Amino acid sequence: MKNNSFEISKGIDWIIVGIYLVLVVTGIASIFATTYRDENMISGFLSFKTDYSRQLLYFFISLVLAVFILLTDSKFFTATSNIFYAFGLILLILVFPFHTDVKGTKSIIRFSGFQLQPAELCKVFVNLALAKYLSSLDLNFKKLRSQLIAASLVLVPAILTIFQSETGLALVYFSFFLVMYREGLPSAILVIGFSLAVLVVMTLLIDENLLAIILTLAAIGFVYTAKRQIKRDRSVLVLIVSIWVVAVGIQRFAVPYFFNNVLKPYQVQRIYATVGKDFQVDTESMSEEDIKKMEDKKKAGNYNVKQSKIAIGSGGFWGKGLMKGTQTRYDFVPEQRTDFIFCTIGEGFGFAGSIVLLGLYLFMLFRIISMAERQRSAFSRTYAYGVASVFFFHIFINIGMTIGIIPVIGITLPFMSYGGTSLITFSVLLFILIRLDADRQMVIR
Amino acid sequence: MPAFNQSRQNVIKLIFLVAFIILAIRLLFLQLASTKYDLLALDNAVSKKIVYPDRGIIFDRKGRSILENTQTYDLMVMPTQLKGLDTAGICSILKIDIETFRERIIGAIIKNGRYRPSIFESSLSLEAFVQLQENIFRFEPGFFLQERPIRSYPFKAAAHILGYVGEVDSSILKKTNYYYQMGDYMGLSGLERFYEPILMGQRGVRYQIKDNKNRIVGSYENGLYDSLAIAGRNLRTSIDIDVQVLAERMLKNKLGAIVAIDPRSGGIIAMASGPTYDPNLLTGNQRKNNFSWMLRDTARPLFNRAIKGQYPPGSTVKPAGALIALDEGVITPAFGLGCSGAYFGCRRPIGCTHKTSGHAGNLRVALANSCNSYFSHLYRLAVDNPQLGGTVNGYLRWKQYMNSFGLGVRLGIDLPSEDKGLIVDTSFYNKLYNRSWSSCTNVFLGIGQGEMQATPLQMANMMCIIANKGFYYTPHFVQSIDGQLESDTVLNRYKQKHQVTNISNETFEIVQLGMQDVVEQGTGGVARIEGIAVAAKTGTAENYGMIYGKREKLKDHSWFVCFAPRENPTIAVAVIVENAGFGATWAGPMAALVMEKYLRDTLSAARWKEVERIENTEIILPIVKTKRNRLDSLRKEKMRKLQLKATANHPVKNNPGKKTAVVHYHLSAIKPDNEEQFI
Repeated sequence: MKNNSFEISKGIDWIIVGIYLVLVVTGIASIFATTYRDENMISGFLSFKTDYSRQLLYFFISLVLAVFILLTDSKFFTATSNIFYAFGLILLILVFPFHTDVKGTKSIIRFSGFQLQPAELCKVFVNLALAKYLSSLDLNFKKLRSQLIAASLVLVPAILTIFQSETGLALVYFSFFLVMYREGLPSAILVIGFSLAVLVVMTLLIDENLLAIILTLAAIGFVYTAKRQIKRDRSVLVLIVSIWVVAVGIQRFAVPYFFNNVLKPYQVQRIYATVGKDFQVDTESMSEEDIKKMEDKKKAGNYNVKQSKIAIGSGGFWGKGLMKGTQTRYDFVPEQRTDFIFCTIGEGFGFAGSIVLLGLYLFMLFRIISMAERQRSAFSRTYAYGVASVFFFHIFINIGMTIGIIPVIGITLPFMSYGGTSLITFSVLLFILIRLDADRQMVIR
Repeated sequence: MPAFNQSRQNVIKLIFLVAFIILAIRLLFLQLASTKYDLLALDNAVSKKIVYPDRGIIFDRKGRSILENTQTYDLMVMPTQLKGLDTAGICSILKIDIETFRERIIGAIIKNGRYRPSIFESSLSLEAFVQLQENIFRFEPGFFLQERPIRSYPFKAAAHILGYVGEVDSSILKKTNYYYQMGDYMGLSGLERFYEPILMGQRGVRYQIKDNKNRIVGSYENGLYDSLAIAGRNLRTSIDIDVQVLAERMLKNKLGAIVAIDPRSGGIIAMASGPTYDPNLLTGNQRKNNFSWMLRDTARPLFNRAIKGQYPPGSTVKPAGALIALDEGVITPAFGLGCSGAYFGCRRPIGCTHKTSGHAGNLRVALANSCNSYFSHLYRLAVDNPQLGGTVNGYLRWKQYMNSFGLGVRLGIDLPSEDKGLIVDTSFYNKLYNRSWSSCTNVFLGIGQGEMQATPLQMANMMCIIANKGFYYTPHFVQSIDGQLESDTVLNRYKQKHQVTNISNETFEIVQLGMQDVVEQGTGGVARIEGIAVAAKTGTAENYGMIYGKREKLKDHSWFVCFAPRENPTIAVAVIVENAGFGATWAGPMAALVMEKYLRDTLSAARWKEVERIENTEIILPIVKTKRNRLDSLRKEKMRKLQLKATANHPVKNNPGKKTAVVHYHLSAIKPDNEEQFI
């Protein structure tokens, strides 16, 4: 504590800071490119009324917060993580009575001109709490009990978020299972999860009877090839049959039930639209207003993706140049500065620019993983994996959404999408990691 | 906690890598593998607006424009933005019912899609335009008005000459190798068609950027790909619009044609075909309707009789017969024939109107008296000319003469679809008479009957040859093109002199004097003009028609051909009035009025009375008239029903108060014209 300025810069991973700055500046430039409308540029940047200037303001706030974080003792984060987690949950619960309806979401609290989305912010707290729990000395993560505790740490805020009509943000919490996997969650769970995903996609793509037949044939094939083992051990047969029963059950009953009774019709339609199918909703039981809402949402979703694909697709190899994209300049892509900011890069800088951006992101993710692996303290490592997982999920889903391989769920592109909560949350996530990494030789508990 | 799961970092890295590769592959397909999205983006954001150039203007010989451009407006519709619009209001203004409205919208969507504007109603009527312009804010942005230049005809005349423009159809698109595009207008007949490349100018294209609401936000790439519209060039014609209007007036309620040419240049002064129509009828939104009614009219108003009407020339061909005989040298002007009222040279006698001896004492007298015997004999002399060796050769030679006079061939006027009349080949007779035919077989050709037909234009041109003493210029309208280029070769052939005889001027003088006598002493006295020497020839042509499937002899066609002043001719005229009897009865006075109007530039009050008399006389075969009247009443009935339907569907409540009065004022302003146009 003798020499503060020396201590701040000590141990900081400047590469990751550099990537961060490049991404944020690219983001502001992209927002500028899409929203700049021939106004005076200087006053545009200083007025804080234009989107790009506001993003610049959020950037400064993030930097200030970053400096505060870097000045904080890294033990602070371990010490307070549970308190923060509790604070996050309270915020999430407070949303229910105090939310303001903005564009159909119930997740935003508004006070004195600023909007706060606790569901977004909570990622930081959940990550800290998860890291704290997974790094505790007396933990045996092979026990089902501790696995369940870890899972519920993640799932409670996720469920609260779902109730705020923010399915996309809720899904982000599932990325923490990657962290758990790294910390010893049986890989079988990951495989089962992946298989389940494949099965669900297959259910969407293939006629249900045909899929049932395929599954049955596959089961028979397994039985046939494994008949020797079956002779020796009957339980193998039982295993195969029960997997078959579960698969067919999911495919025939669980998915349709889930789609019809849990998801909202517009969500189902978006999912179907992504695999290129039109979903016929049973409209009999719905009120007229609901049908209209559904139609509007469906149209909007399809329109967004179509225009976004046109924007990116028309970029070609080298792109049309920044500010020259006709799609992105003239408001063809709705929500472009937020969820669809990638279109600006895709149209303006083409395939080359997109690949450079993807590469930058991938480099950042790998860098975070290597940072994670050099930590002495499990807390820091787990936290780093959490950051990587959240970033990965956001990047993959967001870009996948703009190029039409993933249904439209409104989540942002880290550091680039317009939005104060999003930028500040990601910055805080990252700078806590940088702070922890600066003390990587220390064992923090 | 020991880092025993360290290897799992690689699994996680692999998951990241695979996911990013999936994204990259998808991007590869999206951005590089297909140009579909480029086009879609262009289609989205860039609107290609075709800037139509103004078509060239056509002027008469005194520099008055007889064909101009005016603005009309199309009502455009944007199908996506119709929600919550007052459709009933649009329907009531356009006087259509909801059904039609729906059909048009569906048609527009099929044609151009939902997100693109289509024409809802083209060339709005003045009434509809006035109402729409005041109320357009009520219908925006689903409906808007768009300018479209159309042709207008200030003199309401010269319909057949000028022709009309119309939208190109797919066959034209193919023929022109897709130079035109759907929705383009091009000249479809008349001068509009013939001089299309000059009149049309050059289309311009303007690329504009639009935003997601289809609003124009600026030019694309700063106009790099734009091209300017180049206006069509103007045409200066030899038409005298006053004479033209006069000619058309006189042909009212008649079937026939008047052609007046300046023999010195071949420039056509007037060319009227009766019945005619107001060319303004074929512009604007009623074009199709009007066109189809005219097409069904038994009097065929769309048919340009001046270049497509083929009639037996009758006696008007006699001067040509004289020229052939003189040029071949088979007669001299002093040649005379004793005629006692018929020609007996062949088996069947050919009647002649004169019986007094000496009425064919020489060429001049024979011409003045239009002696059938004399010219039958002249024909035989020419065809049986011993120097040529045989009737066949003689006939071929005669035909050659006729063709060089412009009879039986297309003259090459600057109008499309001219007809060539009829001068048959020897093969015709060989086939018909099994090779045994003589000059007696077709002796009627000598008096312009039989296997011979000529258009009024050809007869006027014939007069030019006599007026010019042996040469002519191909008759044409356009004298010059404004801003003429080296590459405009179209007018070159009209500068070429066609020398057709080698007869001496003195001999020609005799033919001319004979024709002057026609007016001064002979059959053409009606064409006398005080103080101007007129040379003329009457014709009364026998003709036949099919009536209810039976070939019947109809009332004679009335022909009159002339030129004036005789010594220094500046106008040559041919007039035909179908089934009007003697040449002198109707055609003669009309020709005289045309000449007088042209030469004097004015007509006396008495002469205007004469014009009125002619104008008000109806000469139409009863059978044509009956059919025509039936069609007319059909049309009136239909119009009445339409009107009733329109008013029944849209009660007055939609146009309350003063606006109604304004509209009715405009209505009454345009009504009389419309009524007049349906002759």
